[in-house]
Amino acid sequence: MPKHHPSEEILMAYAAGSLPEALSLVVASHLTLCPACRAEVEAYEALGGSLMDALDPASLDESAFSSIMAEIDMLDSETEESAPWGGAMPLPRKPDMEDPSLPRPLRDYLQVDLTALQWRKVMRGVEDTEIELGPDGAKTRLMRIQPGVAVPKHTHHGQEVTLVLEGGYSDADGHYERGDVQIADPSVDHQPVADVGEPCICLVVSDAPMKMTGTFGRLLNPFVTY
Amino acid sequence: MAAMPKVSNGKADPGYLADLLVSVGRDRDRIAFAELFSYFGPRVKAYLMRQGAGEAQAEELVQEAMIMVWRRAESFDMSKSGASTWIFTIARNKRIDALRREKRPEYDPDDPALVPAAAEDADSLVEAAQQSERLSVAMKSLSSEQAELIRMAYFEDKAHGAIAEETELPLGTVKSRLRLALGHLRKALKEYQ
Repeated sequence: MPKHHPSEEILMAYAAGSLPEALSLVVASHLTLCPACRAEVEAYEALGGSLMDALDPASLDESAFSSIMAEIDMLDSETEESAPWGGAMPLPRKPDMEDPSLPRPLRDYLQVDLTALQWRKVMRGVEDTEIELGPDGAKTRLMRIQPGVAVPKHTHHGQEVTLVLEGGYSDADGHYERGDVQIADPSVDHQPVADVGEPCICLVVSDAPMKMTGTFGRLLNPFVTY
Repeated sequence: MAAMPKVSNGKADPGYLADLLVSVGRDRDRIAFAELFSYFGPRVKAYLMRQGAGEAQAEELVQEAMIMVWRRAESFDMSKSGASTWIFTIARNKRIDALRREKRPEYDPDDPALVPAAAEDADSLVEAAQQSERLSVAMKSLSSEQAELIRMAYFEDKAHGAIAEETELPLGTVKSRLRLALGHLRKALKEYQ
């Protein structure tokens, strides 16, 4: 089980639906690997339900209900023959990939298996490959670090959030393995060293300068002091 | 077509709401759906407007969300969540879709990579039916100031720093009060704690 988790504030923002897509991808992938955080998110969703319950109801247009029923009548007659009611609406699935170890939320963003990915050399022993998100997405990529390789000291312009998928690494803050999440502050001099044994593969989200609406930075800044 | 029945907009029993949702899923029960609509429609709209949707857009999204409720009702499992929680997540996803135009990555319970919960973890959570009940009791026991902090943090996408500015409270105070309030609510969700 993972030992390093997203902060409670991040988990709550995910449940509330206010976390940007890139960070949601990190959280959803972490949730796949972390039952404890799944339970946390469920509790925060229940909180959302009871907060919504407690809001002063807004008045709805009188025609709202009949428009809905008209649409439902149409839906019912359309689907009568093709699918019996309640057939779960399948999400569009990517063709099955061989590697079942990659969390599904992440797999959905990749077209191919980890082993078939095109890696781009960043420096000796370090490669990356970008993941395309929506237009406002932060820079999101997979990184592969060869066993024992130290990534040179670096600072970031914004926060950097890392989820370990395979292998592990250590830095001054601790040791990170599959499922662990690290949130690195820009002011922290960060020098991860990959474990010996197998390459370390991580999902890394960096704050995209200027392009963001600001949510990402606003959300993250207070966390790191937790 | 069924006319919209006169159902009170006031508090509804969570168990009753869950039963309505089950009837919609199992029997395509339109009367039950109408009752659900009259309770949740105005609340989903209030939620969407609090999140920044305009009147007309909120109205439209309520319709889309409630149609989704009709279509997905069969997947509602009352042992896993309350009706309010389930409908909240549908409204939330509609909002992300429409207002933010983003995807929302979610974990898949059938994912071969999923690490299952140990059995005792599952037991430590109160049954979903009781969960909503306990939460709303716990919410009522918060001070109005605490409750408002939680609403701001949850519904207005406000980070703690922004809340501090708005309430003119020191950041540390906002954090500790929020944490206290959330801890109180969390306790309501767990047995024997």
